[in-house]
Amino acid sequence: MLTLILLFPLAGVLVNLLFGLRRGEKFAGRVATGAIALSFLAGAWGFLSLLSLPPGQRALRSFLFEWIPVGSLSVKASFLLDPLSSVMVLVITGVGALIHLYSIGYMHGDRGAARYFIYLNLFVFSMLTLVLGDNFLVLFVGWEAVGLCSYLLIGFWYERDSAVEAGKKAFIVNRVGDFCFLIALFMILFHFGSLDFGVVLPQAASVLGAGTAAATLVCLLLFGGATGKSAQIPLYVWLPDAMEGPTPVSALIHAATMVTAGVYMVARTNALFALSPLAMGVVATIGALTLLMAGTIALVQNDIKRVLAYSTVSQLGYMFLAAGVGAYTAAIFHLMTHAFFKALLFLGAGSVIHALHGEQDIRRMGGLRAGLPVTHWTFTVGGLAIAGIFPFAGFFSKDAILFAAMTSPRGGLLLWLAGAAGALLTAFYMFRLIFKVFHGRCALPIEQQARLHESPPPMRVPLQVLALLSIAGGWVGIPLIHGADVFGAFLAPVFPKAGDGHQEAVLEVAMMAVSLAIAFFGIFLAYRFYVQAQGVGASYARRWPGLYRLLVNKYWVDEIYDAWIVQPIKRGSIWAWRNFEEGFIDAAVNGAGAAVQAAGGAVRRLQTGYVKSYAVAMLAGAFAILIYLTVRG
Amino acid sequence: MLAPLEHYLILSAVLFTLGVVGVVVRRNAIVVFLCIELMLNGANLAFIAHGSALDSLDGQLVVFFVMAVAAAEAAIGLAIVVLIYRNRESTDVDEMNLLKL
Repeated sequence: MLTLILLFPLAGVLVNLLFGLRRGEKFAGRVATGAIALSFLAGAWGFLSLLSLPPGQRALRSFLFEWIPVGSLSVKASFLLDPLSSVMVLVITGVGALIHLYSIGYMHGDRGAARYFIYLNLFVFSMLTLVLGDNFLVLFVGWEAVGLCSYLLIGFWYERDSAVEAGKKAFIVNRVGDFCFLIALFMILFHFGSLDFGVVLPQAASVLGAGTAAATLVCLLLFGGATGKSAQIPLYVWLPDAMEGPTPVSALIHAATMVTAGVYMVARTNALFALSPLAMGVVATIGALTLLMAGTIALVQNDIKRVLAYSTVSQLGYMFLAAGVGAYTAAIFHLMTHAFFKALLFLGAGSVIHALHGEQDIRRMGGLRAGLPVTHWTFTVGGLAIAGIFPFAGFFSKDAILFAAMTSPRGGLLLWLAGAAGALLTAFYMFRLIFKVFHGRCALPIEQQARLHESPPPMRVPLQVLALLSIAGGWVGIPLIHGADVFGAFLAPVFPKAGDGHQEAVLEVAMMAVSLAIAFFGIFLAYRFYVQAQGVGASYARRWPGLYRLLVNKYWVDEIYDAWIVQPIKRGSIWAWRNFEEGFIDAAVNGAGAAVQAAGGAVRRLQTGYVKSYAVAMLAGAFAILIYLTVRG
Repeated sequence: MLAPLEHYLILSAVLFTLGVVGVVVRRNAIVVFLCIELMLNGANLAFIAHGSALDSLDGQLVVFFVMAVAAAEAAIGLAIVVLIYRNRESTDVDEMNLLKL
């Protein structure tokens, strides 16, 4: 069944390549959506088979063939379904199927719709390869393939310069992270002589040793890879630009699944990270910094998708914060609930953009509640979930992370404070968005207001299903009542025991109350700023112009990268081109060319000038030699 | 691996022949170019198959060289095609006869 999970999306790609491109978007959309739905069913079957096994032995392996047998190294093309990967598979195929369905409505009428569905299926296939791979190399293949699909889909509307630029930026920034990842793989291969999870992870402690420089370096490099794919400091800059792609792509790839690959990878290699307290500290610190930085930038953005993009970066920061303090279950839990509500928010944003014919600036929206009722209530559910309001999904997962940040032996007050501040920011920017888009006075021209219409059913149904998941999806991980934390118990075989295992219920309830209060405070602030007294936000911006400019310009990180990294490389390249390339190589090549030209001038009269006749002559010559050799031998 | 050597060689010959036919028949420089790659890879397959059949690494070694050369060739070849297209707004190989006097 493992191969079935992978086979359906791949079959979707092939069928659409062969027939979909000719038969049009309707056919392509149905095939693609059906393929992912079947893959989801296969994933659910795999999940049920895992459940039927005793908890300690929940791992299904599927060996396809030996991929790279060289000397003592043997890399197999094999797949592993264990609790961790089955959670990922269900999220990817489940959310993926909904987003495919939504895309049928969203991409309706686009000339490239069939191509779009091919890329999307290819993405799901790659992502499944990533999470199902049973060794680092299969994971890496998936890792690179999702990067490729991300690039293709960001630049999907390739007539637009900004989309092409964003695609290139995503690809190149990710290359930096992938380079780190690759070095880490080389180091693992060097130390362990194998890349199998089943070999490397159990032996990690004995081969590398706890706290050694090698362990720290491997972990930091792995994390470096994760910062690229999962948009953490310092490599997060590509994700906001990636919003140039179609909105369902932002939902699937740049919110729900691909960007969580780094979290998955860190969780998968937790045995390595356990060896290096330093690396764990770096992971937690980067996560905390990223969630604060992205959260503050999201406060002042005016593009609906960019607010959500920075929100994604910020939520990914939460996941790394959790992973960094050793609370992998909380990280994966948040990964799952985030996939629900962030996909919902993006699809809701897509529905708004669709209804407004491409308008993305929230300053030109407002009062859309009446025209888009379904979008409005589902988006609000998503907002409540991400803000962490009880009993929505985000409440449980964010609370689990905050609790771990405080109580875990690796955590502390500072990390908790960062997380709590992030929760305030989240509630504020999300409800700023909701109030500005759906409430207040409509800023649209009158004739456009009249034509405002709710999205078609293929787009509404995914919104409603995801809204239900954003409400109920967190209930699998209710922490308080022992034995009710089904999610944690299911993942327990994969992760080391977090802390001493005994949790103080009183403390946890108190912290839940605090985080709930923080979330409500954030929403209240947004209400005051953007509903009660609408000029307040602008007046604060006037009072602290420096701070406002800092945030609006996103801390000038893009400019700093451009000045310190991109421009020096460009200048160096130009120098090399002017001096070395033109002065040395070109001169030598041109000299050789001139010599040949001089010699050839004499015999060029004999030539016909047709490349093909030369090719035929070469072919005849090759045949003649062949015949000569055959006859002689 | 499992299939006998002949099968690989037949596939290799088929690929190579397809490439040759393409080079001779097609007029679009990019397609010609792709066909050359096909020929190279046909040859690669033969090398690999022999290497595997003779249980020697030499076949793989040669393939790495071929691949490196093919990559270099692809870079230069595509650059030439781009430049020619800029000059003459066409990639028809029959129109590329500047060297003729």
